[in-house]
Amino acid sequence: MASEIAPPDGSNDAQSVGIVQTQFATLFEPPNLLTLESGVKLGPVKVAYETYGELTPEKDNAIFVCHALTGDAHVAGKHSADSRKSGWWDGLVGPGKALDTTKYFVVCANVLGGCQGTTGPSCINPETGQPYGLKFPFITVSDIVDVHVGLVEKLGITRLLAVIGGSLGGMQVLDWVSRYPEMARAAICLATAAKLSAQGIAFNAVGRRAITTDPQFQHGDYYGSDASKYGEVGPRTGLALARMIAHITYLSEASIERKFGRDLQHSDNLAYDLQRETEFKIESYLHYQGKRFIERFDANSYLYLTRAMDYFDLAQRRGSLRDALGQTEARFLITSYHSDWLFPSSQSREIVSALLETHRHVTYLELESVFGHDSFLLEIEQLEELVTPLLRETYRRIRVS
Amino acid sequence: MRRYSVLDPTAALTDRLIMDQIGRSSRVIDLGCGDGRLLCRLRDELGCSVQGIELDHREVIEAISKGMPVIQSDLDRGLKEIPEQSFDFAVLSQTLQQVRHPQELLREMLRVAKRAVILVPNYGHWWIRVQILLHGRAPITGSLPYDWYNTPNLHFLSMIDFRELCEQMKFKIVFEIPIIRGRAANQAWAANVRADNALYVLEHA
Repeated sequence: MASEIAPPDGSNDAQSVGIVQTQFATLFEPPNLLTLESGVKLGPVKVAYETYGELTPEKDNAIFVCHALTGDAHVAGKHSADSRKSGWWDGLVGPGKALDTTKYFVVCANVLGGCQGTTGPSCINPETGQPYGLKFPFITVSDIVDVHVGLVEKLGITRLLAVIGGSLGGMQVLDWVSRYPEMARAAICLATAAKLSAQGIAFNAVGRRAITTDPQFQHGDYYGSDASKYGEVGPRTGLALARMIAHITYLSEASIERKFGRDLQHSDNLAYDLQRETEFKIESYLHYQGKRFIERFDANSYLYLTRAMDYFDLAQRRGSLRDALGQTEARFLITSYHSDWLFPSSQSREIVSALLETHRHVTYLELESVFGHDSFLLEIEQLEELVTPLLRETYRRIRVS
Repeated sequence: MRRYSVLDPTAALTDRLIMDQIGRSSRVIDLGCGDGRLLCRLRDELGCSVQGIELDHREVIEAISKGMPVIQSDLDRGLKEIPEQSFDFAVLSQTLQQVRHPQELLREMLRVAKRAVILVPNYGHWWIRVQILLHGRAPITGSLPYDWYNTPNLHFLSMIDFRELCEQMKFKIVFEIPIIRGRAANQAWAANVRADNALYVLEHA
């Protein structure tokens, strides 16, 4: 998720959704199990989600937010009055913001396979009474989307005003409109791709290897008596290392240079001492990011979700990108970022070409930002000026028709 | 010193002229669509399926605000992401003289669309000739109200020049409409002297 390499903008209380609570839904209860892409059946599935704003009686104002690899359902607001941290996209979601909670009903759910409340490898396997670990079934982006769809239906919504997401979240949006073409009136895909590049798979592979070669990994059965306390046990070193590597891919050369340069952390002089592990500020920053990450994320979830990302290839799955994207009437907003080398603009252009070929409604911008792949989480104003009119126009059009 | 300008054809009039060339329910791409005004009319009045291309960021946002699909792109860098023959019409209004490689763009237009609709200023207009002849200065016109050093107009062409280029590039001129003060003047006598602008519809010969 966000690198926090850029300072968060001063959050204004009047523009916050305020105190929110994570809610839970149980879906796919027997006998209506979820059939995964692999053919394996799974259920029941618990889903952690949050909602903001009010659903209209017509149920036509719902927007679903798909989070990225390590995100959660907590998009906006705070969980308690004294919590210091707001949701991960608080700048975009709230009263008067792009996803204006005075007009729209915003939903975000933790993904299947995750570790922030939705069923995943750290949950108890009903068959064994033990945490799933690596016995959790293999999941794909389509499986994640099917659970989202299940939640949306449970909320009584048949058509969404919009589905929005960046990175792995954007992949979910693309998969969603390709398999449920009627379900969204607008699709907003940020810093994403119709398939993960070989380079992306390469970085994921290194991250997974860091986890699985950690002696504490123990074939994924590292949970103690309380599986929800995954931050205290297991391949902590490996997971932190995986995060450090991934984190570099979310930044750009320019943003690292600007924020850290070659500055030293503790001294004005080089120590000429290999025992000093963190001399440069950038080292210290990455170590800190790794350390914070293991407190909130489960290593097994990291394995499952990066694999889901590796497997994502919309054209291969649906025959071609044209076949995948040609059915939906959704209006697309696609953005890529100049400095994003993990999901380069060429990958967004590929989506745009397929949409033009099939005569879809597509708006595309390659945006300027120094923040690399993380730009979609940080450049809120830039995003807001595009998303606000797109949603307004899409909503206005369904209201007049 | 303010120099006299010939009448600029109003936007609404030129929009109308372009729309007259485009069939109902066509698929149209407007290259340099600005705030999406023409696209909006094409969609609402002719039921067209539309797409815009625009470089200026503010204009792109204006177009989105009108509900128009628009791709931010520089015409000088080609139309690479636009698939072949994905449009019935490609429109280029008052822009051909501003791009770096007009031939390239013309070729691209007829790659992505069956027909190209092009509106260009006519530098063969008598007033431009008079300005050069009498004052010995670079002309300023209403449709091109710039000084020589800050003009976005890189190329100066007359109707005769454009016709010659089409012949050379083996494009068929389906229609040629001289425009005099914002109005179509079909079969006007001495068009290359009298027309301030001209509208062309091209296709592959």
